[in-house]
Amino acid sequence: MNAVVLADLDKRFAAVHALDGIELTVGQGEFVSLIGPSGCGKSTLLRVVADLEQPTGGTVEVTGKSARQARLDQDYGIAFQQAGLLDWRSVVQNVELPLQVHGVGKAERRTRALELLELVGLSDFAGSRPAELSGGMQQRVAIARALAPSPKLLLMDEPFGALDEMTRERMQAELLRIAGETGAAVLFVTHSIPEAVVLSDRIVVMSPRPGRITEIVAGRRPGAVPDDPEEVEDVRETGAFFETVTAVREALRKGAAA
Amino acid sequence: MTRPTPVSERHSRSVGLNESAVRSRGGWRGTSSVLAPVGFGIAVLVVWQLVVTVGGLPSFLLPAPTAIAEQIGAQFPVLLSTGAVTGGNALVGLVLGFALGVLLAVLAAGVRVVSDLVTPVVLAAGAIPIVALAPVFTTMFGSTTEIPRRLVVMVVVVVPVYVSTARGLRQVRPVHDELMVALAATRRQYTRFVRLPGAVPFVMTGLRLAAPAAVIAAIVAEYFGGLQNGLGSRISSAAANTAYARAWAFVAASIVLGLLFFLAGLLAERLVTRTLLSRPPGGSS
Ligand SMILES: Nc1ncnc2c1ncn2[C@@H]1O[C@H](COP(=O)(O)OP(=O)(O)O)[C@@H](O)[C@H]1O
Ligand SMILES: [Mg+2]
Repeated sequence: MNAVVLADLDKRFAAVHALDGIELTVGQGEFVSLIGPSGCGKSTLLRVVADLEQPTGGTVEVTGKSARQARLDQDYGIAFQQAGLLDWRSVVQNVELPLQVHGVGKAERRTRALELLELVGLSDFAGSRPAELSGGMQQRVAIARALAPSPKLLLMDEPFGALDEMTRERMQAELLRIAGETGAAVLFVTHSIPEAVVLSDRIVVMSPRPGRITEIVAGRRPGAVPDDPEEVEDVRETGAFFETVTAVREALRKGAAA
Repeated sequence: MTRPTPVSERHSRSVGLNESAVRSRGGWRGTSSVLAPVGFGIAVLVVWQLVVTVGGLPSFLLPAPTAIAEQIGAQFPVLLSTGAVTGGNALVGLVLGFALGVLLAVLAAGVRVVSDLVTPVVLAAGAIPIVALAPVFTTMFGSTTEIPRRLVVMVVVVVPVYVSTARGLRQVRPVHDELMVALAATRRQYTRFVRLPGAVPFVMTGLRLAAPAAVIAAIVAEYFGGLQNGLGSRISSAAANTAYARAWAFVAASIVLGLLFFLAGLLAERLVTRTLLSRPPGGSS
């Protein structure tokens, strides 16, 4: 079953035609990035999938259900540009939140949250407050939280946008490892071409006014999952990487010119 | 007015900013912020003494600090007992008003109708001089009970607590809002997990603002008759009997009581806010 199927999706705000005729399928376990200039509708697309925004036309199917049902079933996990942790809860309590909302028992959700903190490398900070953590660590907590209900789909809106370059590259490697380990499909919004290329199976290039898909570029790893950060590093040095970066850049330019 | 710093500080601190409530004041600034006002207070007392004794100011205008100090010594047991009565009224009214203010704000945040009914009433209560209700309450409940004063204090306290709590409950970060929708949280879960804990620093700010106001209300309410057992009634009867130094002795006791409440409120705010935002014991829920 596909993680996301969008058919002829249309979204209009009062004065803005944010999304026009979007056709996109995200397969099971697939990593798809959305890239494009500011205002081309990337966030809107993600929010429609998350059922935080209602489409004005077309159909949305998430994990084989309506977007609303998928949200109610916690079929997706979501991470925003801001980590959005609750300051008054400890790190582990923040990770537990989605499970707590869905009535999972105390002991069980604590066990699961500690597993996830281990996955994102923050076991030592389970009892800390979010304010004691760096931006990158907070974002890792937010990712752990998004993964808590074992979602089939991970929605991420520029989650590394506020991080410095070094942290960002490390987080990319971690995200790939986590996505590989959990088998979750990822729909990932970014501004950064190299980030999209390193991470994605497919890169969806969008253009604004109205928000459309200009082109879908095949990423550097058709299905293959590197589980080793060094392997991810190596990818940045390959010729294929630079070719894909160029392809995405050209697609973006075409979209801007059109 | 021996220690004016805390009062001026209250104005410089912005209401409801929990970072400012958490940030600690230490180092030389802390020391100088105690020394400067103490020195200033002593200077004021010296000048005051000189003006009264050397300048020969009539005692009904202003008694000398030494005369007031003498009265404080002579009346000390009475100062304590009357201070306890007024302080007790302020405390009871503060606790009741605080509970009522928080309860109303939480109800108003959850139920639209309650908000529409309560908000204008509370805001109106904030705009009128509530102590003017004292004689009305005295007539309603009789002049042999503490109830009228406590009611006045309660009404005075409800206003800032309600306003501050309501503001805290409204102040949810958009990202938290979205998160709770994405998690398919119920309204109750949203209130319990996000709105209420997020509002706690604001609730405590309301308490800090209300605490000294409670003392003022308790004292002033006594000016309007009723039992003659508190600081306010002693101030008015001493003044009426031309015992000015004695009146000032009770004024001094009132200031001390007000400062006690102010500092207690400040301490409560800091402790709660700091506990809330720092390392939790054991990280349990
Ligand atoms: N709630 C909204 N109301 C009105 N216009 C909106 C709203 N959300 C987004 N838009 C508009 O839709 C367009 C796409 O926005 P967005 O999806 O945030 O773009 P991106 O994430 O690609 O930068 C923009 O022109 C934006 O101003
Ligand atoms: Mg965006």
